[in-house]
Formats: sequence, C-alpha cells, structure tokens
Amino acid sequence: MNKTVKLIFPALVLGALFGSGHAFAGGRSEPWQMWFQPAASPVMERIMDFHDILFVMEVAIVILVLVIMAIIIVKFNAKSNPVPSKTTHNTLLEVVWTTVPILILMAIAVPSLKLLYYTDRTQDAEMTLKVIGNQWYWSYVYPDHGDLEFDSLIIPDEELQKGQPRLLSVDNEVVLPVKTNIRLLYTSNDVIHNWAIPSLGLKLDNTPGRVNETWVSINQKGNYYGMCSELCGVNHGFMPIHVRAVSKADFEAWTKMAKEKFATKDTDVNRAIRVAGVKGFRED
Amino acid sequence: MANGEAAAHDGHDHTPTGWRRWLYSTNHKDIGTMYIVLSMVSAVVGGLMSLLFRLELQDPGIQYISDFQFYNVLVTGHGFIMVFFVVMPAMIGGFGNWFVPLMIGAPDMAFPRMNNISFWLLAGALVLLLVAAFTQGGPGTGWTVYPPLSSIDYHPGAGVDLGILSLHLAGASSILGAINLITTILNMRAPGLTMHRMPLFVWSILVTACLLLLAIPVLAGALTMLLTDRNFGTTFFDVAGGGDPVLWQHLFWFFGHPEVYIIILPAFGIISQVVSTFSKKPVFGYLAMAYAMIAIGFIGFIVWAHHMYTIGFDVDTRAYFVSATLVIAVPTGIKIFSWLATMWGGSIDFRTPMLFAMGFIWLFVMGGVTGVALANAGMDIAFHDTYFVVAHFHYVMAIAAIYAMFSGFYYWIGKMSGRQYPRFLARVHFWTFFIGVNVLFMPQHFLGMAGMPRRIPDYPDAYAGWNYVSSIGAYITLTSTALYFYIVWKTLTSGEKVADNQWGEGATTLEWTVASPAPFHTFEDLPDMNVKEAAE
Repeated sequence: MNKTVKLIFPALVLGALFGSGHAFAGGRSEPWQMWFQPAASPVMERIMDFHDILFVMEVAIVILVLVIMAIIIVKFNAKSNPVPSKTTHNTLLEVVWTTVPILILMAIAVPSLKLLYYTDRTQDAEMTLKVIGNQWYWSYVYPDHGDLEFDSLIIPDEELQKGQPRLLSVDNEVVLPVKTNIRLLYTSNDVIHNWAIPSLGLKLDNTPGRVNETWVSINQKGNYYGMCSELCGVNHGFMPIHVRAVSKADFEAWTKMAKEKFATKDTDVNRAIRVAGVKGFRED
Repeated sequence: MANGEAAAHDGHDHTPTGWRRWLYSTNHKDIGTMYIVLSMVSAVVGGLMSLLFRLELQDPGIQYISDFQFYNVLVTGHGFIMVFFVVMPAMIGGFGNWFVPLMIGAPDMAFPRMNNISFWLLAGALVLLLVAAFTQGGPGTGWTVYPPLSSIDYHPGAGVDLGILSLHLAGASSILGAINLITTILNMRAPGLTMHRMPLFVWSILVTACLLLLAIPVLAGALTMLLTDRNFGTTFFDVAGGGDPVLWQHLFWFFGHPEVYIIILPAFGIISQVVSTFSKKPVFGYLAMAYAMIAIGFIGFIVWAHHMYTIGFDVDTRAYFVSATLVIAVPTGIKIFSWLATMWGGSIDFRTPMLFAMGFIWLFVMGGVTGVALANAGMDIAFHDTYFVVAHFHYVMAIAAIYAMFSGFYYWIGKMSGRQYPRFLARVHFWTFFIGVNVLFMPQHFLGMAGMPRRIPDYPDAYAGWNYVSSIGAYITLTSTALYFYIVWKTLTSGEKVADNQWGEGATTLEWTVASPAPFHTFEDLPDMNVKEAAE
C-alpha cells in the first residue's frame, strides 16, 4: 500500500528521495501535499502503517457503495424497470451486512489498540522535556540538564531570515538528541494549549493544573515543525513549535552552550516585555 | 343542538389573520413554517460568516480580518448558528412540526401553546446570540466553549455570558419541543397506526426527541456552572479553586455527541421516506431501520470521550472509547445498506428530492469512513484538531444534514405550499451544490493530513494551494445557495399547482391523503389505519 500511495502522490516520492541523506528533509508540509508528512519517529511510522491498512478498507467501502449506486442508477430507473419489485426482507442479506461489518471492525480494533498502547508512554526514558503552554508562546524545561529553561516565541514575518518558514519559525527552538527515548511532560500556565508535531506523531493537550505524559524518539537529525493544536485565544495561530534534532554529542555541547545563554533567567520585566511584543503581533 | 351550534361557531374552521396568526400561532403547520423561515434566515447569517473566513483563508497572509478575536468569533458563531439555528429548527421544528402530526393522522401537536413558546424562545435565542457576537469582543471560544479560555480571566467581556444565555434559551426551546413531539407520537397516532407501523420519519423524530430530552439538561447544567464560575466566584472548572477544565469537556461532549445524532437522525428519517417514495417500494428492513436508529441513539451516549483523545486520558479509558465508537459503524452500515436495498429492484424516478437523497448517501458514506479512521485513538494523534476533522464532520453531519433538508424541502414543498418547484432550476441547484461542497471539503482532508490545524486565521505557505481550491468551492456553494433562494421565491410566487399526491404510487404516507396545500386543519376526523396497509 505504501508504494501505491507514493506513486499517487509524487510530491512524497521527491520528499523521500531527497530525504535519504543524513538530515531529514521532511519535518513540515509541502505545497499541494495530500498525505501525511514523512514519519520521523517510531510512533508516526506505526500510525502511517496502520493508516495504510485502514485506508484500503475505506476506499473499498466507498467504491462498493458507489458501484452499487451506479448499478441502481443504470438498472433500476423508471425506464429500464417500470415495475418495481415488492421485496422488503431478506434475512440472510440482513445478517450478512450486520456481521461482516462487525468482523471488519474487529480486524481494525486489534491493530488499532496495539498502536494506541504503543503510543502511550515510554517505560525507560533517557531524558525528560517539560513543555509549558502560555498565551501565546511555549516554555521549555530540561530537568535532567540542570533545569535549563527558556521561552520560544514566533518570529514575526518582517524579521524572518532567508530559509525560515513563515509562521513556523521561532526565536529559540527546542533542541533534542536523536535516537533517544524522551519523556515529554505537558502542562500550561493559562488556557489549554496543545503541543503537536505532525512528523513526530505528537499531539497532546497542555492543560492547566495537569501534567500529561507522552514520549518521542526522533529517528534522524533535522528540523521538525508544528503548531498549537487547541484553540487558545487571539494569537492561537501564532505560537509555532520548532524542534531541531541533533546527534547526542551535539546535544551535550548544546546544553552547555544553552546553560550559559539562558543563565540569566528572564526577569519578570523582561518576560513581560517579550510577551507584550507577541501580543502586539499583528493585533493592530 | 345548541351545543353543537356553539362548537361550530367558535370552532376551528376560521383562520386567524395578520400578525396574530403567526405571533399567537398554535397551529403546527404555521409554527413549522416559522421554524423553516427562521432556519433560512440563520442559514444566510451562518453561511456569510463562513464565507468571510473562507475569503480570509483563500490566500496565505492576512487579507481582510486583522482582528483575530473577530475571526474566532466568526468560527464560533458559524458553529452555533448552523447547529442550533439552522439544522435543528429546520429538521425538528420545521419538518417535525409539519409532518409528524400529518404522518400519524393527528389533528395537531399534543401541546399547541407549548409549541408556540418553544418557537419564540428559539427566536429570542437567535437574537441573543447575534447580540453576543458584537458585545465586548464576543465569544471567541469555539462552539465547544472550553474553559479556561471561556472563563472570566480570558474572556472578560459579556459576550460569552450572552452566548451562554442564548444557549440556555435554545436548550429550553428544544426540551419543550422534544416533550411535545414525544407526547404527540406516543399518544396521538391514528387508530390502528401501531408503533411498528409508524413511518420512519416519525421514528427518527421520536428517537431524536428522546436524545434531546436526555442530552440538553446536561448542557444546561454545564452552562450554568460556567456562568457561575464567570460571575459568582464558583470554581467548577478553575484549577486554582480545586476545579477541573476537563470536567467541562466531559459534560460538554456528553451533550455534544448525542447532539450530532440529533442533527443526523431526522435526516435519516427524511431520506428513508424519499428513497421509498421514488423507488416506489416500501423501505427495506423496516424494523431493522427503526431499531438501528434506537441503537445509534443509545450508543451515542456512551462514546463522548472520542472527542477528547488528546486530553491525556488513561490509555485503558481510550481503549474503551475506541471500541465503543467503532460499534457505531454497525447500525449506520445497516441503514446505508437498507437504503441501497430499498432502491434495488425499484422503479426509480430521479426527481430532485431523490437526487439529494442519493447525494446524502454518498456524503454520509464518505464522512462515515473518515469517522472510522478518527475513532482510533492511536491514529487520531495525527488527525485531532486538524482540517481532517473539519472535513469529516462537514461531510457526515453538516452537509449531509443540509442535503437531507434540501431533499425534504423539494419533497414536501408541494404539500406545504401547494405549488411545484421549478424542475430544471432545482436540478441545476443539486448539481452546483454537489460540485461546490465537494470542491470545498474534499481538499480539507488533504490539508488535515498535511497537518494544518483548525481555527487559525493564517497558515504556513505550504497550505496555500488546497486552501485556495477550498475557497473556490465555498464560492460555488454560495452561488448555488443563492439559486436555491431564487427557487424558493419562484415556487411560492409562480409555481404551478400540484395534485394532492404529486409523487404517485410510491408516496404512501398519510400526508399525501390531504389536500395540497395542506388545509389549516387536518384530520379532524381521525383516519382509520386498521384497514390500511402499514404506512412504511
């Protein structure tokens, strides 16, 4: 199925070809994309595998109904069939169209539940990242790396550098090591947000007063983008997510660098100014 | 006898005239007409709202709506209006009021005055909602009104409070309407018209009314809690006071999921009548069709959390909701296959109502299979809160319901107005609408799979292509809708007169035995259904 799908959607083929280098070429959507973004985590890979099976079933059902409707239109219009039959019951038929869907649904439920339990959380996390939602920016905490903490705000259109995607680029991106089991803890300081990255198969609510847990392991180095996925107010569309995945060694180096960079924790005044900057973002 | 003379004198054969006829109306046909008019007015408002945000989304960047709160209010208002003031009034208040009494051979509804108040409560609710949208920033919360976003801290304006009061009024209206319909259907059927001989449209309205009666009070309770949270210092949904925002989501969706069946079940009923009429065959598997609706209604109450897969549920809880949700596909499958089997072997006239019924089946199957995809919590991570969900529910619920409404309109307008709709224009309406909505919503599946979130006024440039196509679809749909209103006007002003039973041998239900247009009072002598064939 994977292959057919990729033949139908050549954009994906290109993505796969150019993505074969060491840096992942996906991580965000392409113009005219009709399918998932290429998977970059074991969870997203399994989601796509499951979807491939399900998609075949969906298409088969739609085609079945369309074919039956086409036959009806051709054979049973008033011209071709002037005398209607009076059949209103057929026990065998009714049993079949009740039990066959049940069997199909059971066939769906088994891999579906397996996938669900796999996505839930990791048993042996090598590190933890805390993701905290705010109106309208993200804060990240690395509790295993000396509580390294920083905020991540959108870069307004007029300040974008060349190559930075619009509405997806942030000032301080999250840096994470590849091939590492990372526990993700989600919460919020104000309203409900949702930290989601399509190519990594991540989407979970940041709810105030709760800590939600999920996990990720990133297959390849690269840049991965996402957007807030729960309506959180005026600038909901303007709090993007950018994860830069690097090798484990580079990650260690980055944490040392970042500790210095973010050592002067935002004072309250500082933070207020920056947040005010975001709130003013195109709100004029 | 003097008694008889008095009864004849102030009896029911005079028709009130002028504004009294409508404002004071206790007549199920007049009230039904008012519901349909209210639905049309709301459809224009709700449709123009969606046109505004489709205009904004046509190209990346900000074109027209630089106030994002206003954008959110448009999204919220579109949802509320389409659900509570377009589909529900047309289906339940409109066709339900008009045709439930006619189909069961009752002279009117059981509680005619209550019928009047439930209409006017809804009219008041509509006014309140429109006022809410322009009061102190309006409710930019989405139709789900999730706290803390909807709490006083993040929506300090009175717009949210007015919105809550509007929903309270609409809810009261629905509860009264539901009580009226249930009482009418259970007690006022013509002699011999047993439950198992009722037309499927009546069955669908009965099940819908039961769902309303059970679901709306839960919404009313939740709304009241939100109102006291906002204004009287309670903390039901406020973490700081020991409350929980997720509690709101449970209460809202315990109402919200049955609500989507409240919208689609009457559509099932209309489609069953239309398919049977134009195939000139009784409905295939009548009992299975009726009990499938009851099953859908029941399951509808135990699957609510599939709207909440990303809130951080325990994994076992999600596993339950996946399994329960998948089960819905069984009774809905029975309905689809039974409609196909009804058509199979028929002698089908593809008149406009039938075209819309076939269109409904296609849309419902499309939305149904994407629904099966969304049911899987593990995979839903990829779909939740994206345009895929928007595409799904517009196919399966919104546009499908609109199709059933158009189908019902063309099917019954002859009975309601006594006039024939312009046949050619109605066909043009069907085809343009069919093309329009598919161009509008099909690309949203692609946008969703590519990861575009809902409820955003601007999007990364990669999503530009399909958004442009989708907006073109919206303009086609808008044009088609304008054509529909022209057809309504044309029908009412210059449509030719129709016979009492304009559809011939296939139309076997009782409404086709009375004159067209249906007289002000019908069935003052109850029809005897003991001898007639089952009115399937």
